[in-house]
Amino acid sequence: MRAICWEGKKTVRVEQVPDPKILNSRDAIVRVTSAAICGSDLHLYNGYIPTMERGDILGHEFMGEVVEVGRSVGNLAVGDRVVVPFAIACGQCGACQRDLFSCCENSNPNAWMAEKLFGHSPAGAFGYSHLTGGFAGGQAEYVRVPFADVGPLKVPEELTDEQVLFLGDILPTGYMGADLCNIQKGDVIAVWGAGPVGQFAVASARLLGAERVIAIDRFAYRLQMAVDKAGASDVINYEEESVLEALQELTAGRGPDACIDAVGMEAHGHGPVYAYDRTKQALRLETDRPIALREAIMACKNGGTVSVMGVYGGFVDKFPMGAVMNRSLTIRSGQCHVQRYMRPLLERVRKGEIDPSFVITHRMRLDDAPRGYEMFLNKEDNCEKVVLTM
Amino acid sequence: MEASIQEAPQEAPKQYERRYTEGAQPRRWDDDRLARGLGWFSLGLGLTQLAAPRGVARLIGLQGDDEDRKAMIAIGMRELASGIGILAQRRPGPGVWARVSGDVMDLALLGRAINSNRADRNRVAMATAAVAGVTLIDLLAGQRLRHRPNGGGRLAEAERAHERGVVLVRRAITVNRTSQEVYEFWRNFENLPQFMAHLEAVRILDDRRSHWIATGPAGSRAEWDAEIVEDRPNERIVWRAVPDSEVPNEGSVRFVPAPGGRGTEIHVELRYSPPGGRFAAKIAKLFGEEPGQQVAGDLRRFKQVMELGEVVHSDASIHRGMHPARPSNELPRIAPSMEGAVR
Repeated sequence: MRAICWEGKKTVRVEQVPDPKILNSRDAIVRVTSAAICGSDLHLYNGYIPTMERGDILGHEFMGEVVEVGRSVGNLAVGDRVVVPFAIACGQCGACQRDLFSCCENSNPNAWMAEKLFGHSPAGAFGYSHLTGGFAGGQAEYVRVPFADVGPLKVPEELTDEQVLFLGDILPTGYMGADLCNIQKGDVIAVWGAGPVGQFAVASARLLGAERVIAIDRFAYRLQMAVDKAGASDVINYEEESVLEALQELTAGRGPDACIDAVGMEAHGHGPVYAYDRTKQALRLETDRPIALREAIMACKNGGTVSVMGVYGGFVDKFPMGAVMNRSLTIRSGQCHVQRYMRPLLERVRKGEIDPSFVITHRMRLDDAPRGYEMFLNKEDNCEKVVLTM
Repeated sequence: MEASIQEAPQEAPKQYERRYTEGAQPRRWDDDRLARGLGWFSLGLGLTQLAAPRGVARLIGLQGDDEDRKAMIAIGMRELASGIGILAQRRPGPGVWARVSGDVMDLALLGRAINSNRADRNRVAMATAAVAGVTLIDLLAGQRLRHRPNGGGRLAEAERAHERGVVLVRRAITVNRTSQEVYEFWRNFENLPQFMAHLEAVRILDDRRSHWIATGPAGSRAEWDAEIVEDRPNERIVWRAVPDSEVPNEGSVRFVPAPGGRGTEIHVELRYSPPGGRFAAKIAKLFGEEPGQQVAGDLRRFKQVMELGEVVHSDASIHRGMHPARPSNELPRIAPSMEGAVR
């Protein structure tokens, strides 16, 4: 089959690889019909996530048709159309039973690697380095899906691929970002990053009853989308104004009740602090540049919540712990527990409360994925989201 | 209000078999202070030697030429290393002994200098006396650190076992199953190779005896008979290789209900003497076969087998060594060398 493989920093290629086969009794093989390039794939592309191997198949946002099931999969049949969560979860360990699917205790065969970096291991994930298991990803014609009786969600025929594809990652991720904010009547929510997850965080904060939602980014087209499609009430372009000052003004000095970081480890910014982080990251003295996170913490209202959905890979510098401690902030975070959110979100999509396909700006064939990575990285042609079809 | 506090249910504290207060036994403070003092002395001396190599050389009666300068810089680096070794490590002992060997080297160099015509003999003699004095203090500190009762902590115990050529491994994991379920699975030793990467097969011989076949580093193989020493259903199993086995070893596993319905804690303790003794153990470690890591992986797979009925595989994990995350024609198997491999 054809698959998109990581071949080193800023190099991905279409390669011929063997077809996947059942390795465990609860596996299914899915013929991929649509896959997407995720913002977090760019962290792999840029070489910032450790434990990648040349030849790894990328992709953790995908959906398709079941073509084979292992002997213990009772709920899926050949021909079923499914969306697959990016994090692999067994459904039977202590974490899964507490709905913490992305912390599954059994799904990462390379848990020892993750323990070295994170202390304990998170769940395994598709196409996302070896420290989350070394599972082949879904930017390919076929993919093996472990624990197929727990993760994959059957989707109704009347909804198109584009309407349901994002149920596997970015829609629930944005939604969880807002969910963790415990939004109350009158709350003002600020969202750093107007990429696809940021868009869905804005839309979800609206769905969950936020009074105002402020989107922050540096690209005008993304901010425009946040207003037109996601429902942001205000936007801040940080190339043009100081985020902290603008937020002070918009909230009359209170600060946002909750702040959502939908940026993560490769944030951009200005001035000496940005130069400091870039340099340290380039020299591998810190793994992540937490510019958006620092700003979110400084901006947040006393007693407020900072919800971190952007991906971080390791260690950050100059973390404003004083602000967190002295101002009673709560930091909530986590890789999305997709299995917890995807069913209720499918309902919302079906009812027309949200149509996640609004983020898609580029559609291309799997074979053109290398170009898609490049465009997405460089934000060429107002790129927001690339969807690949076979 | 007071009444309500008194009415709160008084639950007896749970008795744990192993409490972590063991690790809290302090080293003798005086010994530590002496060792730290020596550490700072090393750092100070080393920095001085690096900053002013010629000056120090002349101070101890040498000429301070290029050769002396190079020697001083080398010695200064060594001093820095032993200083950091003493101050930065949890156990200062090895750093102090590194100082002792440095002292011996210095005394030898000074002995050579005192017989050469180039040196100021009086100064060299004084330096020699000073180094001899420091050597005595180093020896004293080394002895005290070595001979202290050393009762505390998991590290100390593992180290003492290591001194005798025994590898001691302790690991634990929590499994979302009852202690009866996990006990019964473990008690049938023929199940162990399902999750223990280095175990090829176990055959039950009778009620108490079984035959084990294991693979070791670099394709080596070992076989032995084991007998059950203690068997408390749902609580504890202890076994050991029969006397005169090729690989003397013993193991125990305890099953403890985890608090608040969190399943069962499995506490494993293994002791074995690898063929070739301490040396072989070190070599195995060099090749990435860290025994603690191995057992941690075994327990993780045990959890998978208990909770899921099988070991979880990824496209990469079925291979020995690193392999890209993509399908291959390999069949699923436990690939032990991934565990603890140095990357």
